[in-house]
Amino acid sequence: MTTPMVNLTIEGRPISVPAGTSILEAAKVAGVLIPHYCYHPGLPVAGVCRMCLVDVENAPKLMPSCATSVAEGQVVHVHNDKSLDARKGVLELLLINHPLDCPICDQSGECELQDYTFQEGRADSRYREPKRFNPVEDFGGDVMYVPNRCILCTRCVRFMDDVHGDPVLAVAERGDRAVITTAPDAGLTQAWAGNVVDLCPVGALLSKDFLNKARAWELDRSASVCTGCSQGCNIVVETRDNAVVRLKPRANEAVNGHFMCDEGRLNYRWLNRMDRLVAPMAGGGETEWDLATAAVAATFAGKKAHVVANPSLSNEVFFLLGRIVAKAGGAIHFAVPQGSEAPLPGVEDLSLRADRAANATGAELLGAFRSDHPYAGVSGGHLLVLVDVEPSAVPAAALSAAGAVVFIGTADPSKLGRLAAALPIANVVESDGTITNLRGRVQRFLQAKAAPGHARPAWYALADVLIALGEKADYHTASEVFSALAAAKPPFAGMSFDSLGLKGTAVAGAVAGASR
Amino acid sequence: MSAHETVPYTPVFVGKRKLDLDAILLRYPTKQAALLPALWIVQEARGWVSEAGVTEVAAALELSAAYVKGVLTFYTMYHQHPVGKYFIQVCTTSPCLCAGADKVAEAFLQHTGCNELGVTSPDGKYTVIEVECLGACGFATPVQINADTVENVTADTVPQILAGLK
Amino acid sequence: MGYPHKTHPRETAILSKHFGDSDARSLDGWKQRGGYRALEQALSTPPAEIVDAVKASGLRGRGGAGFPTGMKWSFMKPGDGKPHYLCCNADESEPGTFKDREIMRWTPHALVEGCAIGAHAIGAETAYVYIRGEFQEPIDQMESAVSEAYAAGILGANAMGSGKRVDVHVHKGAGAYICGEETALMESLEGKRGNPRIKPPFPAVSGLFAKPTTINNVETLVAVPHILTNGAEWYKAMSLSNPKSTGTKLFSVCGNVSRPGTYEVVLGFPFKDFLYDLCGGPQAGRKFKAVIPGGASVPIQTMEEAEATLMDYEGFVAQGTMLGSGGIIVFDDHQSMPRMIARLARFFAHESCGQCTQCREGTAWTTKILERIVAGQGTFEDLDTLLEIADNMTGKTICVLSDSCAVPVVSGLQKFRHEFEALITGRRSSTVAMGGKPSAGGSALTTGAGV
Repeated sequence: MTTPMVNLTIEGRPISVPAGTSILEAAKVAGVLIPHYCYHPGLPVAGVCRMCLVDVENAPKLMPSCATSVAEGQVVHVHNDKSLDARKGVLELLLINHPLDCPICDQSGECELQDYTFQEGRADSRYREPKRFNPVEDFGGDVMYVPNRCILCTRCVRFMDDVHGDPVLAVAERGDRAVITTAPDAGLTQAWAGNVVDLCPVGALLSKDFLNKARAWELDRSASVCTGCSQGCNIVVETRDNAVVRLKPRANEAVNGHFMCDEGRLNYRWLNRMDRLVAPMAGGGETEWDLATAAVAATFAGKKAHVVANPSLSNEVFFLLGRIVAKAGGAIHFAVPQGSEAPLPGVEDLSLRADRAANATGAELLGAFRSDHPYAGVSGGHLLVLVDVEPSAVPAAALSAAGAVVFIGTADPSKLGRLAAALPIANVVESDGTITNLRGRVQRFLQAKAAPGHARPAWYALADVLIALGEKADYHTASEVFSALAAAKPPFAGMSFDSLGLKGTAVAGAVAGASR
Repeated sequence: MSAHETVPYTPVFVGKRKLDLDAILLRYPTKQAALLPALWIVQEARGWVSEAGVTEVAAALELSAAYVKGVLTFYTMYHQHPVGKYFIQVCTTSPCLCAGADKVAEAFLQHTGCNELGVTSPDGKYTVIEVECLGACGFATPVQINADTVENVTADTVPQILAGLK
Repeated sequence: MGYPHKTHPRETAILSKHFGDSDARSLDGWKQRGGYRALEQALSTPPAEIVDAVKASGLRGRGGAGFPTGMKWSFMKPGDGKPHYLCCNADESEPGTFKDREIMRWTPHALVEGCAIGAHAIGAETAYVYIRGEFQEPIDQMESAVSEAYAAGILGANAMGSGKRVDVHVHKGAGAYICGEETALMESLEGKRGNPRIKPPFPAVSGLFAKPTTINNVETLVAVPHILTNGAEWYKAMSLSNPKSTGTKLFSVCGNVSRPGTYEVVLGFPFKDFLYDLCGGPQAGRKFKAVIPGGASVPIQTMEEAEATLMDYEGFVAQGTMLGSGGIIVFDDHQSMPRMIARLARFFAHESCGQCTQCREGTAWTTKILERIVAGQGTFEDLDTLLEIADNMTGKTICVLSDSCAVPVVSGLQKFRHEFEALITGRRSSTVAMGGKPSAGGSALTTGAGV
């Protein structure tokens, strides 16, 4: 049964939307943003901030557009005098007790109160009375609460109640004494609690991790995918001076709704690690790329490749490793670190996954073997190819058993001792590529910062190794590698960077709800 | 224990009070609906509702402690800290104000030895506060002392009223 | 009865007939006075007939909104398979109103009977009487009456042998005027903060526990047995002015008047006679100055307006105000209108639930400005600001508490602007009393810690 459509006009633009759509959401279809605070597409409707009031012709009062469904023939005005006056009134009232904290408030530059006030608010305040004052509170976890700035939109309360399923926040007191409070004995240590900081339209809920670290307007932003687990939450990587300073979720209804877990969110410092391999190595010291690549290719001679790869590496990397192994003989192995699951009950199929790696699915689709003992069977006839594994995690036995060892990775491998060659590569925020989440969704990550020293994108280094092994591999971009992958591997048939866009696509034959 | 607790908290919903709560639960289709009645039982038993009281009620009704705290603090009649033995609530909303309620409040403050509204007298006997309309406006000034509404109070009758409290 | 005074000859004591009569409170006493005959009859009458009778009588909600009761009951669809609920709104917190307190403490069985008939009429088996927490005496009387009724088989699984279940439960509030708003009442009953809900959905569709619900005021429900016993025509005939305003109304009279109390007159009664004759006029040596006839949320009247009013829904509207709850607050010439209005604003600021920006912030800001004016530190600009805030607070919120706060400000400035101006310019009129401290410090109800 199809949902009937409703025709209405918003700001002079005629549109047609499914019955039951709110006026606020319908306005988006018309390309009109109705300013709002308490409404959020990922939360149940509250209708309390009163910012979204619009003038609907023939209605007795201004209507809250987030809580009013469209009706046939409605004519809605968002930017006429009545609506503008109402919003100006809300803004004035929100600001009477709001402290003039912009110069010291982290939210500055990404603050919805600033934004709408600048657009539509009063130029000055006529409030002459003492402002309300409450001290700052530690809400536990990564969250601090500044009650003076709170506009009581209750997004945080509704998130913890309805999406997280753990009602540890509540509104206490009433009237202009109302504040957000936590349980006497609990704080925001839940797996997804950090999202309340994103949800807060103002600087009332802040990340302790990000406190006073950078100004919002100093940040560069790139779309990416979290590599903390196999869920593949879409994120934004925010950098300043070529260092990652913050990760935030990016909305993707098919993967992570509007949210990301705290473990993924707060685990970004490794992306800035200083103990990196920054120059190609061969013959016991640093050398040129060509020479190191040649050295790598040379070590394949007379041996089978035993590749152990990091399962968070991209599809492009696994594709090229597969080509290398097809040429030189051998196999690719990977182990997936495990952790406890932590679902977000209010969003379908969203969880911090037990598999703490981003591309196990892609790796398997591209011919790699998952194992709890990826180093088992390494012998003198093997070239042990370590691809972006943590050097300290490589068993000494495997190192000594192997005929030769080559390292292609990010971390400084000097502790590994006997390396025939080492190639420095970029990490996930320093290059482009794709990964495949546990549901087979292929998603792009975009470069957010420059790789250190002489490090190059992994696909670039591997393509050169392939060429040195006598194979054709004249890829100039990650996109070209992916297109080649798509042409060669049926699950990825028809895909391209363009077709993936920034939301991704599922591989052919992907089954929702499959385990792992 | 919170700053206000001077004796360790002992559970309220035992014995008769547990039975009372059980009976109350039968009146509603949800446990949550018994929240206001449950908080009243705690306040009647302990004189106020402490954090421990919040925790006990939350557990009894399968609600989160934060939720119960949010409800508790919404309603002005629940005490979040101990109050004097006689909790004296003087209505000063306009119908009573125009009939001299402010003088009644001052008289109570003076004769109880309480220095300010909301601060318990040094002997712990009295706390005087102003409240909103008590719904007895025709009997100005009505004063609620604990659960009793005393009608027609004037500044002159205050000493006599206080003398009548044990 | 101008209770606690003797019934004035021009009153029509139907609901108030037994006020002050302690014997009326027991089940036996009530039965002797004619009680429960209407319920017995009603239980064997099809609900639709009861609804029709109430419609025909013209009874309108006595809590303040004046919505036709029969029509409200007819919104409850019979046979939908869902439990229906009746809520009796006994939260009486509108300043100046104290009639429901009298009904419950003197004639609790009248309310039990009214609830039972109402429940039956709307297809409900359960009625909750939500009584504000401060009303301990009414709560005790109601609980006692309910207990007696169960013991006598009037309530319970087989109400009066009819085979129908009627349950009545008393639910005690905990100090929140906003819980008199019907949707906030339901939230509070469900064990939540008393936050009004957005409508639609309306209670008759999704109310208490998301089931079809009707909320009626105490006074409305106790009128029903009389209507059923004496007939709709009898009730409808009691109308002195507009035929859309029928029956009697309990008016709570308070403030600067000789005989404050609860008076019962037929709707349409002349307000001038009411104030000067029935209520005894002003106290010795004083003159009336202003009156708020329907609780704090209706516009203030000048005496000229009041003396021209006929006391019914339409009559008050014709003289610039509303009947509202019928809580009549009279101010004499010794009162400072700005001070009275400031205190009303403070009431609304304390009682705001805090959901909507305009109400949460607007009530508090209005209060602060008014208190500053009363303290002699106001400016003329403040008067403009007050009116703009009031406009901002009107027609924009989930419930009308916000609008209610604006009402005394707007009507006060409209009709008594000179008093505000006198405080601003520092001149005082000799008969206007200055008094009251600024709210900073002292009151436990001060908003916020800032002084």
